[in-house]
Parts: sequence; structure tokens; C-alpha cells
Amino acid sequence: MMAILAAIRLAFRAIIRAKLRSTLTVLGILIGVAAVVIVVALGTGVQQQILGRISNLGANVIFIWPQATQSSGVRSKDAGNRLSENDGRALVREATSIADVAPFSSSGAQIISEDQNVVTQVMGTTRGYMDIRGFSIGKGRMFTESEELLKAKVCVMGEVVRQKLFGKQDPIGQYVRIGRYPYRVVGLLSEKGQSPFGEDQDDRLIMPIGSYRARIQKSPPGRVQMLIASAKDEKLVDRAVSQIDSILRQRHRIGPDSEPDFGVRTQSEIRKRFEGIAITLTLLLSSIAAISLFVGGIGVMNIMLVSVTERTREIGIRMAIGASSNDILTQFLVEAVVLSLLGGLIGLGLGAGAIILLGKVLDWSLSLPIPAVVAAIGTSAIIGVVFGFFPALRASRLDPIVALRQE
Amino acid sequence: MESDQPLIELQQIGKDYVTEAVTVRALRSVSLTIFKGEFVAIIGQSGSGKSTMMNIIGCLDRPTRGNYILDGLEVGARSNDARAVVRNHLIGFVFQGFNLLPRTTAQENVELPLVYRGVGASERAKRAKETLESVGLGSRMHHTPNQLSGGQQQRVAIARALVTQPPLLLADEPTGNLDTRTSLEVLDLLQRLNRTQKITIVLVTHEHDIAACASRVIEFRDGRIRRDERNAQPLNAAEAIANLPVEDDQVAES
Repeated sequence: MMAILAAIRLAFRAIIRAKLRSTLTVLGILIGVAAVVIVVALGTGVQQQILGRISNLGANVIFIWPQATQSSGVRSKDAGNRLSENDGRALVREATSIADVAPFSSSGAQIISEDQNVVTQVMGTTRGYMDIRGFSIGKGRMFTESEELLKAKVCVMGEVVRQKLFGKQDPIGQYVRIGRYPYRVVGLLSEKGQSPFGEDQDDRLIMPIGSYRARIQKSPPGRVQMLIASAKDEKLVDRAVSQIDSILRQRHRIGPDSEPDFGVRTQSEIRKRFEGIAITLTLLLSSIAAISLFVGGIGVMNIMLVSVTERTREIGIRMAIGASSNDILTQFLVEAVVLSLLGGLIGLGLGAGAIILLGKVLDWSLSLPIPAVVAAIGTSAIIGVVFGFFPALRASRLDPIVALRQE
Repeated sequence: MESDQPLIELQQIGKDYVTEAVTVRALRSVSLTIFKGEFVAIIGQSGSGKSTMMNIIGCLDRPTRGNYILDGLEVGARSNDARAVVRNHLIGFVFQGFNLLPRTTAQENVELPLVYRGVGASERAKRAKETLESVGLGSRMHHTPNQLSGGQQQRVAIARALVTQPPLLLADEPTGNLDTRTSLEVLDLLQRLNRTQKITIVLVTHEHDIAACASRVIEFRDGRIRRDERNAQPLNAAEAIANLPVEDDQVAES
């Protein structure tokens, strides 16, 4: 019996002897493994990125949207006309799992400073919005409760809006005009970056919802486009949702079996959906990468068959001298495994390099997942065994007399 | 030189080759006994059955009929792997085309049978060195076959056959690719091995000159033994070399 160690040494020698051929064969596996590793790392990175952005929405956020109802097969057109600030107050009062609720309405509007103008989202809300959505004041102050009650013409703006309107100037105390009315800038939002929906959360202007309803988008008192709530704890989100559902059904007089006129989305729901997309994408790309691994395996098989044919005489000599068919099988199987493991390891190295590079370029924290490393090495070894077995078997079944006669 | 202990006993060996159209009877009931220490030449023209005989004696092929007892063991009907073990332990092969592994040093080529016996690396190296020295190639250990002359390559092959110290050396046209002087040198080496180490040698050839070096000549024809004669005075290869005319373009070897 030939020792495995000797077989490995022999395999390396055979591989080195046919340098170009071995390199090309290894390349197939290498590309496959590198692709799998990169795709998996990117997929994981994207997921983390999304998770980060979603928590950027604010912890435990619950969005309540008005929803068009259907009666006798006809969708009502006046969707959104039934959600009110009072609903929000009732939720804060009655739902034990809810920390706070902020009313919210917004629309695009042109904002004019002395010599500049910009179109952005103008949002009407209350001070509670800041905590719920995780915003904070970078400079100046948030509008006060009395300003809310008085529907005062004050606003807080995001960094992007400030930059466009005031450049390097300090906007606090300055006035901007929206429509016919001037508004005093009382505060600046701290920068927050993009939301998971891709909107720039610094490109906005916030004012008391009363002011918004009175001057920006005229609507009946108390009416809101959306309610944004926060659960007291991450674990209470589901309970909060069911409380919202029952309280709002009661207030809107909707039976438990009827379709509600509002919709509820939680952060975890949004997260799940995005995660689902990321996982699907990763799976899709991984399967493409896996196909390239498969093709690489066929390359290994091909080259091993060529090698067996080429070395028929060598096999004959070895057999005449006393190699058993098992020895020959082992020799060629080990050679195939070494070949594809070599590709796997180099591919892993290249993949890791690419991940580090990509992480720097994209400014993501990408890491090489340990399961991916194990899978890459395991897969390439398995490819070696699976695709090397047939050529090795063929070699081991050669008749020494015929093999020796081979030129 | 010869003993009365049989090394090879062939009892009514028959071998058929079945092709699509016909069945070829390569060997027809051959019975033969070769004793330990004999130097036997098997001769015959192509198609005489001598190659088939050599494949069967070498345990490379199985007889269709009959028994083959090698060194007291029935080996004729064994499985492929069992015959591989027999070849490794009892038989040393020397081929016409040398059949050394290319791009592999003389030492590694000689070590090869020991690898399949599971002998450790240092022991292998030691025995390979000793054996190569015994065939006069101690200084060519790390040369690959393409750096060696034909005669040297055949001596490496002989060293490879001897390294396991088998009782039987089987040489198939060992001088077929060599010129007269080198052929005689190889034969001289075989004669010395037979004389000093008492190795039984079976040499297959189609040349009567070469067969004349053996102490017993068996001639095959049409799958049967046609002649089996003792050669009381075998040709001494060493003397024959001395009697060769000196040539100007002789390239010194080793």
C-alpha cells in the first residue's frame, strides 16, 4: 500500500510537471470558489447594511398608513381621510405597549431663502417624531409645544436643505419662505444619511403639523397622512401592533372580520422583506457561482482523463512493479483532489483579497464568513473526489500488459 | 549453480485469446519446470507464444487452463491485486524499452517497487543506493532517464528489478534496443547476478546469439515447446566483450 503522504508528494510533482495545464485547470476551480466567497460575503454585507439602515429608521418603529377599503368590490377613493391626530392620542392613551405616537404629513414644496430656492419634502409633525424616528437636533432647538399649539411659522431643516439655501451661513434665526408665508428657522437636524427606502433623510424640512395643515397643505383639523408609533420595547412590537389594530378598529367602527381602513408596518416586517430580497439575491448569485464551480470540476475531470491517457505507460510500469489497482486509484484521486484543493485555496485567498478591497471601496464592513471558508474548501475537495473518481477508476482498471505496450 | 528446488512449475498451461471472429490458441498445454538458480532463455519467433508465456510467468496475465506454481504458491488464478503483490515480492521485471518513469531520477525509479511495499523513505533510499552501486551506477543516482545512455537506463531498470531481492528476474528482450557491446554488457551483468546472487533469470528473446548466454534454452513455436535444451557451455558475455574489435567512436560509459 502506498502511503497517502507519498501519493500527495507524487501528485504535486505531476501537477508541477504539467504547469500550464495545471494552471488552467486550477483556474476553473479558483474562479468558482472566489466567486462564491465574494458573493456570499457581499450578500452578508448587504444584509448588514440593510439592517443598519433599518435600525436607522428609529428603534421599534411602527408605521400606520391609511388604506383604501373595499366595499361591494369598489375601492373607496378617499383613502387616508380617516386617520387623525386623535387616533394617535388614543393609541398613546390606551395601548400599553406603545411609547409614543407622532402624527405625520408631508408634501413636496419649494423653499425660498434670500437668494436661493430648493424643492424638498416639507413635513408636519410633533416633537415626538424626533425620538420615534431617531432624529436629533444638531444646532438650535426643536419647536416648542406652544409653537405647535399656536401653529407658529417656525421650522427645523436638514443639512442638505441648509447647504442648498444658506451655503456656509448659519441659518438659525433666518427666514425661509414657503408659498406666501415666511418661516423662522429655529433648528438644524443632525445628519442621518439614507433610509432603507433610499431617501435622503437629511433632505427635509420639519414644522409643527398644525402649521403644515394651515398653510402648506390645507386639510381638515386633526387629519394626518400617517401615524408613526414606537413600541416600548423591541419584544413588544408585535403586541403593540395588535393593540393598534384593535384600538383603531374600535375607533373607526370596523368589525373584526372586515378589512380595516388602515395598514400597519413594523420595522421588523420591513427588515424581513429586505432580508428576503438580499437572501434571494445571494442565492441567485451563489447558484451562478456554483455553476462555475461545476464547470471547473468538469475541467478537472477532463484534464485527469487526458493525464491518465498520457500516462498509460507509467501506470503499466507501476502495475508491473507491484502497484495494486487501489494504489493507482489513490494516486490519481489524490492528484485530482490536490489539484482542485489548490484551486480552492488560491480562490479563497483571492476572494478574501477582493473582499478586503471591496470593503474599502464600498466602505462596508465585509467579512469572510467562516461557513463560506469551510464550504469553499470542502466543496473543492469534494469536486476533486467526484470528478477525479472516474478518471482514477479508469486508470486503476487498466490491464498492465496493454498499458505497457502503449507508446 | 542450479538446485533441484523448482521455482516455476507450469502444468498444462493453455491460453486462448478470444477476438470477435476467432479464438486464438496462444499456448497449448505447456508444461515446464524451472529450478532455482537457472538462467533460462525463452526464444521463438513472433507469434510463437513466447510473449504470452512471459506474461503468464510474470503474473501479468492469467492462463486460461492449467496451474502455475511460483515458489511453491499457486498464483495462476489469483485476483489482479493478489498478482500485484506476487509481482512486487517474487518477480523483478526488465523490459525491452527500459520502462523507466520519465523525468524521475534513477534513485526514485529504483525506489518505486519499495514504495508499493510500504518501505519507509530512508530505508528505500539506502537500498536504492546499494542496488544502483551494485550495477555500477552509484554516480548516476540523481540523473533522469533522458540524461542516461541506453545501457545505463537498462542497468537502472535491472537495479529496480533487483531492489526487492526477488527470487526471479524476468527479462523481456532486454537487449532489443541496444547495440552489440551494450547488449553484451547487460548480459554480463545478468550472468554475474545469476552466478553470484543465485537469482533465477528467465530471459525472453528472439535472437539466438543472446540466448546462447543462457544455461538452458527453451524454444517456442505455435504455442508449444519445440525444444528444451541444456547449454553446457554458455557464452561468457565478459569474454565476448574482450573479443570485440576496438572501435574509434566508442563512447566511454559510466
